[in-house]
Amino acid sequence: MSSMDSAPQLDLQPPENPAPVGPAPDQASPAKTWRRFFGQGLLYGRDADRGRKVKARIGLAIAAFVIVFSVIATRLVMFAVAPDGRNWHRSAPAERMSATRPEIVDRNNQILATDVIAPSLFAEPRKIQDVDEAVELLTAVLPEFDATELRDRLASRKGFVWLKREISAKQAQEIRRLGIPGVGFMPENRRVYPNNAEVSHVLGYVNVDNQGQAGIEKWLDARGLAALHLAGLATDRLQTPIELSLDLRVQHALREELIAAAEKYRALAAAGVIVDVLTGEVLAMESLPDYDPNNPRQAVDPQRFNRITNGLFELGSTYKALTLAMAIDSGKVTLNSTFDARQPLVFGKFTIDDFHAQKRILTVPEIFTYSSNIGTAKMALSLGIEHHKAFLRKLGQLTRLNTELPESREPMYPKYWAEINSATIAFGHGLSVTPLQAVMAISALVNGGYLVPPTFLKRSPAEARELAVRVIKPETSEAMRYLMRLNVEKGTASRAEVKGYYVGGKTGTSEKVVDGHYSKHKILNTFTAVLPADNPRYLLLIMLDEPQPTADSNGGATAGLNAAPTAAKVISRVASMLGLEPRYDLPLAERLILAKWR
Amino acid sequence: MASRTEYSPLGDWWWTVDRLILAAIAVLMLAGLVLSLAASPPVALRMERDPFFFVNRQVMYLIPAVAILLGTSLLSLRQIRRLSMLVFVVSLVLVAATLLYGAEVKGARRWIVLFGLSIQPSEFLKPAFVIVIAWLFGESTRRPEMPANLVALALLLLVVSLMVLQPDFGQTMLILLVWGALFFMAGMRLVWVAGLAATAAAGLAGAYFTVPYVTRRIKGFIDPSSGDSFNIGIALESFARGGWFGRGPGEGTIKRILPESHTDFVFAVAAEEFGIVLCLVLLALFAFIVIRALRHALSTEDPFARFAASGLAILFGLQAAINMAVNLHLLPAKGMTLPFISYGGSSMLSLAYGMGMLLALTREHPRAEMLDSRNAYAGSPA
Repeated sequence: MSSMDSAPQLDLQPPENPAPVGPAPDQASPAKTWRRFFGQGLLYGRDADRGRKVKARIGLAIAAFVIVFSVIATRLVMFAVAPDGRNWHRSAPAERMSATRPEIVDRNNQILATDVIAPSLFAEPRKIQDVDEAVELLTAVLPEFDATELRDRLASRKGFVWLKREISAKQAQEIRRLGIPGVGFMPENRRVYPNNAEVSHVLGYVNVDNQGQAGIEKWLDARGLAALHLAGLATDRLQTPIELSLDLRVQHALREELIAAAEKYRALAAAGVIVDVLTGEVLAMESLPDYDPNNPRQAVDPQRFNRITNGLFELGSTYKALTLAMAIDSGKVTLNSTFDARQPLVFGKFTIDDFHAQKRILTVPEIFTYSSNIGTAKMALSLGIEHHKAFLRKLGQLTRLNTELPESREPMYPKYWAEINSATIAFGHGLSVTPLQAVMAISALVNGGYLVPPTFLKRSPAEARELAVRVIKPETSEAMRYLMRLNVEKGTASRAEVKGYYVGGKTGTSEKVVDGHYSKHKILNTFTAVLPADNPRYLLLIMLDEPQPTADSNGGATAGLNAAPTAAKVISRVASMLGLEPRYDLPLAERLILAKWR
Repeated sequence: MASRTEYSPLGDWWWTVDRLILAAIAVLMLAGLVLSLAASPPVALRMERDPFFFVNRQVMYLIPAVAILLGTSLLSLRQIRRLSMLVFVVSLVLVAATLLYGAEVKGARRWIVLFGLSIQPSEFLKPAFVIVIAWLFGESTRRPEMPANLVALALLLLVVSLMVLQPDFGQTMLILLVWGALFFMAGMRLVWVAGLAATAAAGLAGAYFTVPYVTRRIKGFIDPSSGDSFNIGIALESFARGGWFGRGPGEGTIKRILPESHTDFVFAVAAEEFGIVLCLVLLALFAFIVIRALRHALSTEDPFARFAASGLAILFGLQAAINMAVNLHLLPAKGMTLPFISYGGSSMLSLAYGMGMLLALTREHPRAEMLDSRNAYAGSPA
């Protein structure tokens, strides 16, 4: 340590000499050479000017600090410029803390979904001093806590655990009063649906983190609510409410009548939808069994799916309306054309027969009112398979119908479409579509010939006109109105008549496919009503799954006996809400509708 | 204060000390006090104490801190070496004692009760260690035949192993980084620097795989959903809520749910209440002190003073940078205070001691005095 034999090398003066390249034998002992080799050569580099090197490296350190501080400053500025920006990972807890969502209101500004602030209970287990005491106190206030699970959670060494999301203010107050250290509350937004199950499938529901899981709620997220949040635009009270096309009063009436019908006819399921045929707006939609969006656990039950947009059904005779419209629109068939319905149609081992068999030559209106399978099948075959396919495609029956609701299904139809397929599809068998899809097509048949995609959001007539595509001639539409009305006046749909509203409609009783065969006993009934038939504004579809005969139905359970009267009940309740004025003593369809274009 | 014409130790100090760094430190201390008013009452309330408990304590710590800062800034290079040697040995012993007698807080033994005061000896170890290492590297420049580098490495291993035993990975990282920086500045060949960096990386990887809490912290950083990143998520929200100018004093809400809002996450609280602008000002103050001190180190000619000043500046700068980076989720969570801003007695006193020495080291010593000091040193046994 105290060897002072070599002259002190002051850094003030530059080294007289760069370190010697080789050992200088006359200057140093071998030990010193060795040390010099390790001390200088190996560690610092042989010819290093250490003074200069140190300065350069302090310079480097300054540069490094400048970079580090700049990075921090940039990050700070990023936060200031884009608060809530994409600066942190998507799933960071800050973001998991339930996002705010816009209110959802119906067309009359009635609140369907809104956010309320609810406290959520959390714990910081590392701060809890006496786990047993905490467990005891908490279970006393919240008896639904499982004591063992709670103890495990509190005894974990985690920094943060949720204990219970969204508790009531009263519970929060009681827990606060316990004063357990390490237990706290965080205000969270909770989605509330004040109408409970009244509106379920349209709204959908959110998970505990306020993220949409189904229905409009999911659409909101997909449409970019998440993106809005990230951009910091969706802050607390700035969001405009989402206006749906639904009318809560109409929805209530439809739901109540469907519940009553499902009970009366002991149906497995019931569904209904009311649309504005001019704008495509869905005014009410119900699919039973439904769920309470406030209790999302119910919603995962597969029986509670949305039958209107997410169920595929062979709609049976209801579909005959499409076939007749196709035939009349082609110009090859008129209301006066006749088809021979005396003999069943035979395709190999398949036989097509009529339910209300007349065994004679039928006119076009007769085919519709007697719901003749043979007649409609022959009508479709007379135009050819390609024409049939093209027409159905034009009416959106062969492609998936996309609405705001994420729940939708691709229609099912045979890949290889032979004559037999056209024949059965003509009366609604062999092609499965969603009921809303059929509703869209039938609306086009009666609204003057425009296909308007259905929507769950409010839409003005002007917007609808922009979207509308002409699919059939206005005259064809007039003919369809006549046929629909005729069917109520003297066909299978007579029980759908509601005095004063000039209802038109078509029944559909289809046998359900069970194990690959059509079942004689399990039926799916539909009824499509248009009102008023002389100038339709609204279309109502009622669907009953496996309705049973009632005491006064003589063992029958066809759509005319259950779906049609249900529709009548709904219409009598909702017509005035829809702004339709009753008109009495109207002439029969023949004079009121047909006369206009003859 | 004092006339240049009359000589007095105090006058001498006033004309030679870097008054701008001194002013920056004073501003930081004041800012710390103001932010303590914002950040600490919720914590005090959570601990069921008087709301101003921590504010009062912060004021109480500031008085000795200012005394230490000014006192040490008066010291000569030689006195600094001697004092630091003493502090180093004493705090090393205390760190070792902490392992045996210290109270376990959150799974680590870092605190020891001495004369009724709870202190964290590793805080005092840091600046003293930097001075000792700077002296060793300075010696190795001047007298290559001394095994100074080996001694420096041995001391590093000793200190680091004590830190790991506590365990305190934040301080370990800090000490390793400062030592590495000094080693690098001392002019070591890049091969060695690379080798040491590789060893450090291997050590970090080892810690990741063997020490569960390090694993959690790093996992939590990479994937916040894996849990244990609650604080960070909340801290980030404070920055977002604060915006440029903050929500105003006392308007912060996140501090109420942010644990350690008065220590490790005071920067986030500052952002929410006083805005990003204040954060940038604080950042600028830190950057100013560090860069100015390093520039002093560049211009000084004494190897010890140069290494010691750089080492203390780097220690200070790294600590500030790491704390801010953790708050901003640029680094995994680490328990590290924001110099002079965060609440903490040991941290405050140790920083005053460190920065006091930095002020002393960066004083404009006349060349003659330096030579004098050198000769005086050369003649005395270490």
